[in-house]
Amino acid sequence: MSQPVPGFVPSTAPPGRPEGQRKLLARCWKFLAQRWEWSALTILAVAPLVVPALGGALGGQVTTLFIYCILALGLNVMVGYTGLVHLGIAAFFGIGAYVMAILTVPMFPFQIGFLAAAVISVLVTAGVGLALGAPTLRLRGDYLAIVTLGFGEVAKVTLRNLEQITGGMKGLNPVPPPGAGVTVGGINLGQAFAIDPRWFYYLTLLLLAGVVVAMRRLEDSRLGRAWMAVREDELAASAMGISATRVKLSAFAMSSAVAGLAGCLYAASLSTTADPNAYDFNRSIMVLCAVILGGLGSIPGTLLGVALLVGFDTVLAPWADSWIQQMNINPTGSSLLSFSGWRLAIFGLALVLVMRYRPEGLVPSRRIAAELHSAEGQA
Amino acid sequence: MSVQFFLQQCLIGLTNGALIALVALGYTMVYGIIGLINFAHGDLIMLGACLALTLVGALGLAAAGPAATWMGIILLVVLCGLFCGGLNVAVDRLVYKPLRTAPKLAPLVSAIGVSFIFMNVGLFWLGPSDRSFPELLPSTNLLGGEGLQVTWKDLLVLLVVAPLMVGLTLLVRTTRLGRAMRAVCQDPTAAALVGIDVDRVIAATFFIGGFLGGAASVIYGLYINTIGFQMGFQNGLYAFTAAVLGGIGSIPGAVLGGVVIGLVRALSSAYVSERWTGGIVFAILIVILVFRPEGLLGKRVKEKV
Repeated sequence: MSQPVPGFVPSTAPPGRPEGQRKLLARCWKFLAQRWEWSALTILAVAPLVVPALGGALGGQVTTLFIYCILALGLNVMVGYTGLVHLGIAAFFGIGAYVMAILTVPMFPFQIGFLAAAVISVLVTAGVGLALGAPTLRLRGDYLAIVTLGFGEVAKVTLRNLEQITGGMKGLNPVPPPGAGVTVGGINLGQAFAIDPRWFYYLTLLLLAGVVVAMRRLEDSRLGRAWMAVREDELAASAMGISATRVKLSAFAMSSAVAGLAGCLYAASLSTTADPNAYDFNRSIMVLCAVILGGLGSIPGTLLGVALLVGFDTVLAPWADSWIQQMNINPTGSSLLSFSGWRLAIFGLALVLVMRYRPEGLVPSRRIAAELHSAEGQA
Repeated sequence: MSVQFFLQQCLIGLTNGALIALVALGYTMVYGIIGLINFAHGDLIMLGACLALTLVGALGLAAAGPAATWMGIILLVVLCGLFCGGLNVAVDRLVYKPLRTAPKLAPLVSAIGVSFIFMNVGLFWLGPSDRSFPELLPSTNLLGGEGLQVTWKDLLVLLVVAPLMVGLTLLVRTTRLGRAMRAVCQDPTAAALVGIDVDRVIAATFFIGGFLGGAASVIYGLYINTIGFQMGFQNGLYAFTAAVLGGIGSIPGAVLGGVVIGLVRALSSAYVSERWTGGIVFAILIVILVFRPEGLLGKRVKEKV
């Protein structure tokens, strides 16, 4: 519209201003898009100081959200980067949580500190991942998916039934908070964690940021490129000298380790492992859906996917229910007229629609999107 | 006593296995033809069971005489079969068909989505708690005496399942449609080139799989006597495991896998503990897949370049 006319200088500023504003906005947007990690991190780091609600129950919910983000980033290594469908990630989440609990609860003689327990439980989950992956990775895609699904069920049944070790349906508790009994600068860390949820908020935020940075670095590393090469074409990758089995095994171990880390944080932040049903197939499927919805192999996509799914359950559904109650639309309390009655259907419909119109996910990784569109161009 | 107990458990395993096999066929046929793990199949069967329960009430079968009861059961099998088959075809048309060329995970996630939608429908239909399905068949022992218990229910399962399986085998082996299905299974593009309407064959596969599932839902109701909106998940999981165990894509494999899973479940519930059954079934699955990655009766497929 505003084609500059040679020799004509606009006499007033106003016609130019919207243009300038738009440019500024576009620039801000570009900055945010490119540096989204920093912007998000800054906002999240400042939030507890500004929003007092984060010192209460909301802080705990956001902490859980961060933990699921870490879990989903772990799953993304296998499903997104390496292209292996994993239907049992919750089992590794659970193993992480239970190892953490076994090493710290007063019921057992170990009672080691949080840090040592976290390191051990991450190593143990990685080891379990290797042990499951080593004999099964030569299976074709869908069979591997079934093995992970089966492992998830075996793990759930074992956690439920080994009552002497796992506490059966009650789970293990109380898991002490990090730094219990340690005093730094006059603050008893354990008590601080127990009283104010913001301590956990910052701990999980810090670890999430660390995982994001690690994933970012991994994507560009030799190993990360090998993962993606195997995903695109296993045969071609092996012809280039990549050992497909070793690369897949490392993805399996990495996925399991990150899921284990998420598990430890989960147990520590709830101060219990909760009952074994928290680690069942539904949890695995939810996390998988989050990763695929957000965009396979894309870090911002994975985070957005988790935020949407968890937000839907913990923010939108209760809000809509209370709104319906306030508006007095549903005087009889029928589940047909309540929002949570339709929760599953809305969620299912969202999955179907996103897959139909945006199969690469909401924030796709550039490489996967390019590939999909090149396939469209050829067809 | 103990031999008799063992035989009794085997009978339970066999009837349960036949039921699982019927569901597994729906998974294996769809997988064989479009390579999709149809996560919604278990929940489709749950909806079939909902319809069966509603029809039993509407037809007043609980108070009918023996002849009318048997006629009613046949009617239920046909109606629920048509319902599930039709629903399966509709879902394929609306949801999976647009995704034929999409990346492989897209239809899988859509199937999970459809499964959630079905579950929500079932929640409205049945309510949140489990419902009991009326006992239409007398539970008298056909063999008489105190020995092995064989009831009409056990007989019903075999009476419905066996003809369906024979019919399916004949359909796939001898008819024109069966030949087209096998051709599409091997290579959809080549099948289309020789004039097979691939979309119609896929729709037919979904219909047959759904029909068998609908029949299974009626038998499930009559045999297990409890249905609930979450039943689809667990049963689907076992059936799918059976399909993989037998070699996914193989029809006799699904039947064999179903019977094996049924027997393992019954025997481990009887001799180990009911609580460990799920773990044992899946542990056996993993072990079998490690040593025979293509399943019991599956063909070894070379990875295509």
